[in-house]
Amino acid sequence: MSVVIKVEHLSKSYIIRHQGQSGYVALRDVIADKVKGTLHKTKNLVTNRPVIKTAEKEEFWALNDVNFDVRQGERVGIIGRNGAGKSTLLKVLSRITEPTLGRMTIKGRIASLLEVGTGFHPELTGRENIFLNGAILGMHRAEIKSKFDEIVAFSEVEKFLDTPVKRYSSGMYVRLAFAVAAYLESEILVIDEVLAVGDAEFQKKCLGKMHDVSQYQGRTVLFVSHNITAIEQLCSGVMLIDKGKILLTGNTVEVINEYLKTNTIVSGEIIDAMKICNNQIMVESITINNLTSNMIEISPEENKLNINIRGRLAEERRMALEVRFFDQYDHLQMLYSPGHLYGQIKIFKKGNFEMNETIVLPDSLTKNEFRLTIDITQPNIEVLVSFPNSVKVNCKGIQGRTGLEFPATKSGLLMLK
Amino acid sequence: MTEQPNEIELIIEPNRLKKNYWNDLWRFRELFLFLAWRDILVRYKQTIIGLAWSLIRPLLTMIVFTVIFGRLAKLPSEGVPYPILVYAGMLPWQFFSTSFSEASNSLLANSNMLTKIYFPRLIIPASAVIVNFVDFLISFIILIGLMIWYHYVPSWTILYLPLFLVLALLTAMGAGLYVAALNVKYRDFKYIVPFVVQFGLYVSPVGFSSNVVPEKWRLLYSINPMVGVIDGFRWSIIGGNSQIYLPGLMLSIGLIIFLLIFGIWYFRKMEKTFADII
Repeated sequence: MSVVIKVEHLSKSYIIRHQGQSGYVALRDVIADKVKGTLHKTKNLVTNRPVIKTAEKEEFWALNDVNFDVRQGERVGIIGRNGAGKSTLLKVLSRITEPTLGRMTIKGRIASLLEVGTGFHPELTGRENIFLNGAILGMHRAEIKSKFDEIVAFSEVEKFLDTPVKRYSSGMYVRLAFAVAAYLESEILVIDEVLAVGDAEFQKKCLGKMHDVSQYQGRTVLFVSHNITAIEQLCSGVMLIDKGKILLTGNTVEVINEYLKTNTIVSGEIIDAMKICNNQIMVESITINNLTSNMIEISPEENKLNINIRGRLAEERRMALEVRFFDQYDHLQMLYSPGHLYGQIKIFKKGNFEMNETIVLPDSLTKNEFRLTIDITQPNIEVLVSFPNSVKVNCKGIQGRTGLEFPATKSGLLMLK
Repeated sequence: MTEQPNEIELIIEPNRLKKNYWNDLWRFRELFLFLAWRDILVRYKQTIIGLAWSLIRPLLTMIVFTVIFGRLAKLPSEGVPYPILVYAGMLPWQFFSTSFSEASNSLLANSNMLTKIYFPRLIIPASAVIVNFVDFLISFIILIGLMIWYHYVPSWTILYLPLFLVLALLTAMGAGLYVAALNVKYRDFKYIVPFVVQFGLYVSPVGFSSNVVPEKWRLLYSINPMVGVIDGFRWSIIGGNSQIYLPGLMLSIGLIIFLLIFGIWYFRKMEKTFADII
C-alpha cells in the first residue's frame, strides 16, 4: 500500500506571554509595551534595575521534529497525555494552522472532524444543519442530497428532523453531527476525541463505521482518543506522543501497554515528588494515613484519607489544600478543594506550620486505582507546592451480594448511594 | 472505492498555503452560499414580524431624517420629494454600514469554525456582506413604493444604479476585511466599529444632498469614499435634477479600489495566524 501521509521534521511553536492574560492582545497593551520598551532602558539609579518590568515571552514547542508515514487504509491511533501535542498535530494536518518548520505531503482529500458539530447552528433544524455542516466539512450539495437518507438513518433522529437542534438532547446532537461526518467522501479521515460524548451504544456504532470505511473502502483514519478501549478496537497501529515528540509507534497492544506503564507510579515516598513553586515555603514531611509511602490501600470499610503536611513558612500565608484524583487514563475523577468550593482558606503564621486534613471518600468506591496530585495553593492565585502524580490509591472496591467485587477497570466509576 | 486517476497531492509547509488559495476559494464556493443562507434563515428566527424588520428600520430612519433635515432644517431637496432624496442616500449607507459592522465581527462570531475547520477564511466576511445585500434588496421595495406614492418617474440614469451598488459592496468588503482581521488580534475594534458607523452617518450625505457642501470643500469631502457612492446612488435615482461631481467620484473610486486591495492584502497576511490567536 502506498504512503498517503508523509510527515518530515514537523514542528510548531507558540509564543506564551507570562504576564497579563494571554490569548489576545489589546491595542492598548501593544502601545503600553512600546512605551515600556523605551522606559525599559531607564534604570533605577540606585539599584540599577529596570524601572518597569516587561512581559516575559517564552517559546513553546507544541510539536518538535515529528516524523512519520501513514499508508493507505491504515487506522492510526494517536495517544498521549493532555497537552502532549496530539491536537496540534491534527490541526496542522487539517491545515487549520501552519507548521513553523518541516513539511508534510498528503495524497488525497483530507476531512477532519476535530469537534462534533462545528458550525451547527442552534436555531436551524436538523435537516438544515445536515446541509450546512456537510458544506462546512467540504461536501457538495449534490453529495449531501444523495446521502441524506443514510445520514438520517445513521443518526437515529428521523422524528426530530424539523426541530431546531437547540431543542435536541446532547446525545441526539452528537449523533446527528457524527453521522454527517461519517458520510464524508474523503480518502483520509482525521478524528479528534469526539466520541467522548454520546452513549456507549452509539460509540460502538461510530467505531464500527470508522472500521468499515477503512476496511472496505481503503480509507485512511487518524484517530486521537483518551479512550484506550476505543483505540484498541479500532486501530491497526498506534503512535504515542509526549511533549511534542513521537515516543513510540507500532503495534497497538505494545504501544498502549507502554503508555499505561508511564501512568503508573513507582513505589517510594510521597515527598520525593515534591515541586516547589514558591520559595517562601518549605515542606519537610507529608504523610497519608500516617504513612510516608506513596502506595495507599483503601478497604471498603475504611474510606478516609488523612493528609498531614508539615513545613516552614517565610511569611504569613493564606493556604488551602487541593487534591485531584486521576484514573489510569488521566481523567480527573474526583476533586477535593475546600478552598475553592467552600472558601475554607486558613491563615498560617510565619515559621513552622502543620496542615492536617481528612478527605472522606464515598463509602462505595468500586475497585480501581487512582493517582493523586496534591497541591498547597492560595486558591485562584497561585500554587505554592505541588506533589504531582505522587500517590497511588488502590481502592479494594465494594463487594456485591454475590461475593464478587465489581471491577471498574475501564473508568473510575463512582458508585454513589 | 473512489480511486481517482489523478490524485491530489497536497504539500503543507510554512508559508506555502498561498499557492492554491484562489483554487480553494472556488472549491469552497458552496460553503460561501451556505453560510449566507444560514445567516438569512437565522436572522429573523423567533421574531414575530420577521422579515418586516428590514422594512421598518429604514422606513423609520427615513421619516426622522425627512422631518429633521427637510422640515426643520429646510435643506434644499433638489426638486424631488425630500423622502425620496433621503431614502436614495440611506439605501447605500445602510447597506454599507451593516455590511461593514457585520463583516468586521464575523470572524469572532464564527471563531469555533476558524479553530476547527480549514477553509479559505475570506469566505466568512464575504458571506456576511452578501447577507446584507438581501436586506438591501428588500429595502429597495420601499423606494419603489415611495416613487409610486409621489408619482415620481426615475430618469434613464437609473441604469447606472448597479455600478454604484457594486461600489458600495466593494467599500464594505474592503473596509470589512481589514477590520475583521484587525479585530481578531485587537478586540478594541469591537468598540471602534460602532463609533465609526455612527459618526459616518453624519459625515456622509445621507440625510442631505452633498450640494449643501461649499464647492471648494467638495473634493476634500470626497475623501470619505461613501460620499462618491451615495452621491452616485442618488444621482442615478433622481437623475437630471442632481448633478454628479466627477472629480469627487473619481477620488472615491480610487480610494475604494485602494481600500479593497489593501483589505485583501492585510487579511491574507493575517489569515494564517487566525486559528492561533483568536
